[in-house]
Amino acid sequence: MNSLHPARRDFLQRLGGAASAAWLTANWPALVSAAEHAHQAAKSAHPALEVFTADQASEIEALAACIIPSGETPGAREAGVVYFIDRALKTFFSEALPVYQRGLEATQKTTNELFPGVASFSVATEEQKLKIFTHIADESERQKDGPRRLAPGASEDFFQTLRVHTIFGFLVDPEGGGNRDFVGWKAIGRDPSHSFSSPFGFYDKNYPGWQPVSGESEKK
Amino acid sequence: MSRPMVTYKPSDEVDFVIIGSGAAGGVLAKELSTNGFRVVVLEQGEYLREKDFTHDETKVFVQSLLTNKVNTHPITFRKTPDETARKQQAVLYGSCVGGSSVHFTANFWRFHEIDFKEHSKVGDIPGANFADWPISYADLEPYYTKVEWEIGVSGLAGSSPFDPPRSKPYPMPPLPVKGNGVVFERACRKLGYHPYPAPMAILSQPRAGRAACINCGFCLGFGCEVAAKSTSLSSVIPMAEKTGRCEIRPNCYVHRIETDKNGRAIGAVYFDAQRNTHLQKAKAVILAANGAETPRLLLLSANNQFPAGLANSSGYVGKNLMPNSSALAYGIFDEQLNDYKGPAVSRIMHDFYELDPKLGLYGGGGLDARFDFTPISFALSGMPPDAPKWGAGFKRTLAHNFTRTFQIFCHGTSLPVESNSFSLDPDVKDAWGLPALRMTFRDHPNDLKMMEWMQARALEILDAAGAKTKWGPPVQEQQFAVHLLGTCRMGSDPKTSVINADHRTHDVKNLFLCDGSSLVTSGRGQPTMTIQALAYRAADRITALTKRGEISA
Repeated sequence: MNSLHPARRDFLQRLGGAASAAWLTANWPALVSAAEHAHQAAKSAHPALEVFTADQASEIEALAACIIPSGETPGAREAGVVYFIDRALKTFFSEALPVYQRGLEATQKTTNELFPGVASFSVATEEQKLKIFTHIADESERQKDGPRRLAPGASEDFFQTLRVHTIFGFLVDPEGGGNRDFVGWKAIGRDPSHSFSSPFGFYDKNYPGWQPVSGESEKK
Repeated sequence: MSRPMVTYKPSDEVDFVIIGSGAAGGVLAKELSTNGFRVVVLEQGEYLREKDFTHDETKVFVQSLLTNKVNTHPITFRKTPDETARKQQAVLYGSCVGGSSVHFTANFWRFHEIDFKEHSKVGDIPGANFADWPISYADLEPYYTKVEWEIGVSGLAGSSPFDPPRSKPYPMPPLPVKGNGVVFERACRKLGYHPYPAPMAILSQPRAGRAACINCGFCLGFGCEVAAKSTSLSSVIPMAEKTGRCEIRPNCYVHRIETDKNGRAIGAVYFDAQRNTHLQKAKAVILAANGAETPRLLLLSANNQFPAGLANSSGYVGKNLMPNSSALAYGIFDEQLNDYKGPAVSRIMHDFYELDPKLGLYGGGGLDARFDFTPISFALSGMPPDAPKWGAGFKRTLAHNFTRTFQIFCHGTSLPVESNSFSLDPDVKDAWGLPALRMTFRDHPNDLKMMEWMQARALEILDAAGAKTKWGPPVQEQQFAVHLLGTCRMGSDPKTSVINADHRTHDVKNLFLCDGSSLVTSGRGQPTMTIQALAYRAADRITALTKRGEISA
């Protein structure tokens, strides 16, 4: 039990108070196994890259960090978004691989055009990155407003695809291979616990309980 | 966990083969097996258990863990019959044991008396194929109560002055109120409305070996890991299996109902997981495959005897699709609501259930205060339209808004329009070479107007609640349906309906349909409760018919 992530441990303990013995007997081994798996996934800080080369990964990491930057709280970089995307392109988002390949080429081209002396996006200064990324995002907006070359939903556009995948990698349940150590959830104020009790927030703290409206005629 | 207590061979002629194990199929399986019949339930999806459920959105949403998979079961969409449909995920339904009851939000409203006889009250509406039900609310009331007590529904009887009569209170108290519920309740009362605790098919107390809700917040789209959501999977299917007479058979893609020379159904033909074809023989066949797949299966079963599709002498199979109308309004508040905790909804109001005809609108709706986002879906679609899309501003806005936002969801009537339908696509095929499901749909103009009116009221409520920022996405024509209603409607006249009040098809004596397709009107946006009440009632009717010898050859 002690090897489990605290959120999972809390979840299981709370379950013990709520569920019947029969239910727990039937489900406990699977729940523990799932929790341990989640813990392993969450703690393996640097899984091997399977799709990107190290150089490509540096570029994607730098681009994702423009969408969700580090700062007072961790960003895409600390959440391990690039590893999430790498695994996703190997598996369930594999159809997006050509989008990344073309996107990386276009990023290199834009970098060369705007800052000829800079070898690649990831080694540009923060100010240069901001200019290059603004160009990429604006270009995407222009394409969106223009005639569509693609079927709706195809999401061929590199900026849009990267944005969606970065958000996934930052905010997915860590079982999904991103949001390392729940840094994404913590950054947006989501308690990583698996179960909660009311009151949940500010407004329900002193709620007196539901009361019927008195002295008012029914509207029916 | 439950395991099949009995297995049948396809060649065994069981009493009933039920297609689909969702909200209706699960109830029918439980009731009929309890009544002593031998039952096989054929489910298209997998048999997942609570231990298989996860909050990982890459599995649940990207890989459609619980829902229909359009890579193998493509769907096409068009607005009007003169267009060529194009591939589009226009329909989402559960594809696992328990069906859509596994992933639904669990809002559990009864229909009101008016929903069953609205045509008589308001008369014809131009452009709508509007009809009364052949049954009344009073006919269904005992079954609504049975649903609440058997599957487990939390709520507070008598808390809404608009509620229809009920014979018994809820079996358990409402779920805890959320921040959005408190804010919504206060604002509604300020405006003279009548908010009340939402009836939800989620356990607020442990019951029948199932845990009470742990408020994890992953309801919409997800399976419940602690079985607190009162799905067919967690409630009635284990009861059916315990009878020792019901087999739940997953991974069975039924694609034809076989009939004999006398025009009687003899069983269901399906592909198993290895794509082998089988005929499960049965004395009677019940389709509970949902409002899209039930009509598709009838149309796929066309033969020389039934050239327009099985049970389709009326031509109404697949017609009159009503997905319910909807609109949203969002508000951002100063303090933290933390509405990601707990089930999506805790307070609703039904003051607009029956709108004043003087407004020039037909129908009505209900409003709920909710937060049904995951962190990912919130970042993708929960932010104000002018929020930054990337960078420090995006992150800052996301971090501020995630715990301070809630929505008011307006649910309402869909009018039946004959051309709104499910049919077989003439060009696109599924992975087995069968015609794909085609959806044709354009909202009746009244429904769009009504939703605009409703959204304006929701924005007023957010104002009264003190929302710092509020917005409502424009009401648009729908191109995506999850409430699949009305497509094999119930009625007394075989010329204008597919099934009678016993859920028996007018054309085939031992073929019954019971799911969202049976509905004659769409209610006000939460159909599952009514689908399950109909299933309990249908099981009683079918049992009575069988005992009288009216089903056997």
